[in-house]
Amino acid sequence: MTKRALSSIVLALGLVAGGGAALASEGGAELPAANTNVKDTASLQRGARLFFNYCVGCHSLRYQRYSRTAEDLGLSEQEVMQNLNFTGAKFGDPVVASMPGKDAQAWFGKAPPDLSLEVRAKGADWVYNYLRSFYLDPSRPVGWNNTVFPNASMPNPLWELQGVQHAVYAPAGAGAEAAIEKLELAQPGRLAPAQFDQAARDLTAFLQYVAEPAALQRHRIGVWVLLYLAAFTFIAWLLKREYWKDVH
Amino acid sequence: MANEGVNQGRRRFLTATTAVVGGVGVVAAAVPFIKSWEPSARAKSAGAPVMADIGKVESGQMVTFEWRGQPVWVVNRSKEQLDALASQDARLKDPKSDNADQQPDYAKNEHRSIKPEWLVLVGLCTHLGCVPDYYPELKAEPFDPAWKGGFYCPCHKSRYDMAGRVYDGVPAPANLRVPPYHFVTDTQIQIGVDPAKGAA
Amino acid sequence: MATAHVTVKPRNRVLAWIEERLPILSFTASHTSEYYAPKNFNVMYYFGSLAMLVLVNQIVTGIFLTMSYKPDAALAFASVEYIMRDVEWGWLIRYMHSTGASLFFVVIYLHMFRGLIYGSYKKPRELVWLLGMFIFLALMAEAFMGYVLPWGNMSFWGAKVIISLFGAVPVVGDTLVQWIMGDYNPADATLNRFFALHVIALPLVLLLLVVLHLAALHEVGSNNPDGVEIKEKKGPNGRPLDGIPFHPYYTVKDLFGVGMFLLIAAFIIFFEPTVGGWFLEHDNFIPADNLVTPTHIKPVWYFTPFYAILRVIPSKLGGVIAMFSAIVLLFLVPWLDRGKVKSIRYRGLGYKLAIAMFALVFVLLGAIGAGKTGEWIPELFGAAADVTLIENAFGRTLTLLYFGFFLFLWAYTHFGLEKTKPVPERVTTHD
Repeated sequence: MTKRALSSIVLALGLVAGGGAALASEGGAELPAANTNVKDTASLQRGARLFFNYCVGCHSLRYQRYSRTAEDLGLSEQEVMQNLNFTGAKFGDPVVASMPGKDAQAWFGKAPPDLSLEVRAKGADWVYNYLRSFYLDPSRPVGWNNTVFPNASMPNPLWELQGVQHAVYAPAGAGAEAAIEKLELAQPGRLAPAQFDQAARDLTAFLQYVAEPAALQRHRIGVWVLLYLAAFTFIAWLLKREYWKDVH
Repeated sequence: MANEGVNQGRRRFLTATTAVVGGVGVVAAAVPFIKSWEPSARAKSAGAPVMADIGKVESGQMVTFEWRGQPVWVVNRSKEQLDALASQDARLKDPKSDNADQQPDYAKNEHRSIKPEWLVLVGLCTHLGCVPDYYPELKAEPFDPAWKGGFYCPCHKSRYDMAGRVYDGVPAPANLRVPPYHFVTDTQIQIGVDPAKGAA
Repeated sequence: MATAHVTVKPRNRVLAWIEERLPILSFTASHTSEYYAPKNFNVMYYFGSLAMLVLVNQIVTGIFLTMSYKPDAALAFASVEYIMRDVEWGWLIRYMHSTGASLFFVVIYLHMFRGLIYGSYKKPRELVWLLGMFIFLALMAEAFMGYVLPWGNMSFWGAKVIISLFGAVPVVGDTLVQWIMGDYNPADATLNRFFALHVIALPLVLLLLVVLHLAALHEVGSNNPDGVEIKEKKGPNGRPLDGIPFHPYYTVKDLFGVGMFLLIAAFIIFFEPTVGGWFLEHDNFIPADNLVTPTHIKPVWYFTPFYAILRVIPSKLGGVIAMFSAIVLLFLVPWLDRGKVKSIRYRGLGYKLAIAMFALVFVLLGAIGAGKTGEWIPELFGAAADVTLIENAFGRTLTLLYFGFFLFLWAYTHFGLEKTKPVPERVTTHD
C-alpha cells in the first residue's frame, strides 16, 4: 500500500516536473538555444558593454542599479561610471534611457519598452534569436523587419556589427503569400558571423542577469541549503527509526 | 508497544542532535528575515554622499543640507565664536571630544572640524533626536545668561556650544555628531565620505 | 481516537499556578502525547502536517512581503521588483511565498485524495471533510487574490476573467462584477481590496477553519489506510490496541516528512523558482496592460481542471454552473457514497476503477485548462487537425466522466452493486 501511495506522489510530482520541462521547451522548439551562462562574468561584462553602447539610447533597465551591476559583474565604481554610464546618472541610480520617451514615441510609433524583465517574459532563446533575425525591409517605416518578431518597430541596433541581412523567400504556393525561407548576409559587418553570434549571446546573457540578479546568489546558497536539509532529514530519519522500534 | 530493550542513551542523543541541528536551521532561516529590515539598495542609494556648495555661506551663518534624510548643518564660524570656544571647556561634559563615536578622528580637535571656521554637524540632539535651534549670538539668552553662541534644543533644553559640544547639566549625553566629510574644493564639501588618506 | 482529556499537574510551582488557571499543558498533552493515532499511517498521511507547515510559511513570508509591497496599481509591479532586487534577501522571501502557494495545492490535493481513497469522509468524520472542503474553498479564494497582487499582465487578466464569471449570474451579473471590481475594469480599487482580503480577512478565516478542522478530527480520531476504527479494540489500560501516542511517534515521523518536503521545496526555491512557467508565469513579468491580453491566457496550474470545465461548455452560465458544481459535489461525497467500507483496500473493483479514472480525468482536465492539448493535438492528429473541435469533444467527455464519478459512486453504493472484501478487525500493516 505504501508503495502504491508513494507511486501516486511520484506520479504527481512527475507531472509537475515534466510539465515544467515541456513548457520550457515550448516556443523554443523552433528557435536555436541561446546557450547563455550567467555565471560567466566575462560574458556578462561584454554583454553590458554592448548594452550600454547600442541599447541604452532607447531602452531603460529601470529596476537595475549601476551599483548592483558593478558589484555583480566584478567592476569598480570608476569603471562603471566611465565606461557604462553615459547619462550622468549617480552610481546608485537605476539605468534610464538616454532618449526621452516622448521623442522615442514620435520616432518609432511607440515608446521602446523597458528591458529589465525582457528575458523573464520572453525567454533567453527568444531574445538571442531576435537579435540575430533583423533583415532589410523597405516596406517598414524604420526600414527593418524581424523574423522572430514580425513587424517590430525597431531598427537593427547591431547592424554595424552584424552587417545587413536580406530575406530569401521560398517559392510561393498558389494564392499564398511567399514565406521567408532564410536570411542571407548581403553586406558583412565588423564581426564575422560566429563572432556576432557570440556578441548576441553575451548581450542576452547580460539581459538574463538583469532580469534576475538574485539568480547568482540563489544557486550559490541553494547548494548549502540542500546539503543542510539532507543532513537534517537523515538525522530525523534515524530518530524516527529509533522511536518506532517500540511499535510492533 | 513495548519499552523493554530500548537504548535510552541513543534515543536521548538522537533527540538532542535533531533538536540542535533543527535549531541551527531555524536560526539560519531567521537571518534573511532579520536582514530584510536593513536599509535596502534604494535607501542606500538615496543615502549616498551629497555635495554641498558652501561658497556663499557668510561668516556666522548656518546652512542646512540633507544627508540620509537627516539635517546636516554647515556653519561658517566667526572669529568671535571661535575665540569663545576655549572659555567654555569647564562647563562641558566632553570638552576634549573623547567620545570617539561622535566624530571622525580628523575632527577630534579643539574646534571639532577639518578647517577651524567650518563646522559640519548632524543636526540631531543626542538626547532623543530633535533638531536644536541655532543661537549664534554671544549674549545672555533666557536659557543661559552666559551664552557664547551655540545650539539649544527646544524639546528637553539641551545646550551645545559653537563646536557642538554638550553642556553639563542637560539631558543630552554626548556632543553633536560630526558626519564624515571632506573638502572637494575650498567652496565645496562632500558629506558622507572621509577625506582621502593623508589629504585631510 | 477521541481526545482523552487528561489533567497534567506540574511539580514546578509557577507552572502549577498557571496550569490551575489556564490548563495549557493539559490541553497540549491531550492533543499530543495522549492523543492516540492509528499506528498504520502510510506516506499519504504526511500531507496534513505538511499543509500546516506551508500555512505557517505563507503567513510568515506574507507578513514580511507586506512590509515592502505597495497595494497600488501604479506601484505594485515595481514594488515586487523592489523586493526581488533592493530588499536584502527579498528574493528569497518572495520565492518562498510563491513556491509555497503552489506547493500548498500539491499538498492539499494529495491530502484530499488520501481522504477519498481511505474513506476518511465517512461517518463519523463527515464534518472533518466538510470543514476541510471549506478550507479548500477559502484557499482557492486566497490564492486567486494573492495571484492578482503582483499586478503583472497575467494578474490583471486573471482578475478580469475570474471576476467576469460572476457576470454569468442572471439579472444582477453586470452589477455584481462592477461591485467586486469597484471600477469598470480591474483597477486600483480592485487591487487594494484584494490586498486587504488576501493579507488579513481570508487568513483569519483560514486559521479559524483549520482550528475547527483539527478540533473535529481530534474529537472523532484519525482514520487509517485500513479504514478500521481503532477505538473499538481497546486494551486493558483503555488505550486502543492499534493506537500509538501522536507524540513522540508521529511528531518524529512528521519531522522526517518535513525534511523530505523541504528538500523538494528548497530545490524549487533555489534552482527553479518559476518551474518553467508553472509556478510563476512568463507573462506575469510584464506589467498589467489593460489593452493587451496575453496570448496564452490561463490560470495557474492548480485551477486548471476547473477552468477546463468552464472552457469546454458552450454556454457562459452553463460553464460557470458546471465549474462551481464540480467543487460543490466534493462537499457532498460523504452523503453520495453509501458504502459501509471505508478503505479502497477492501472496496469493490468498480470503486477502484472509478477512483483511478477520476484521478486521471482530473489531471487530464488540468492539461486542457493549462492549454497543453493545444500542443498535443497537432502532434497526435497532424497539423491540419481542428484543435478546438477535438479539444472540446475530449474536454466534454472528461467533464461528463468527472460528474459521472459522483453519479456512479452514489448508484454503485445505493443499489448495493459493490462487492466488498471483509474488513479486518485490526489494522494490518505499519512501517
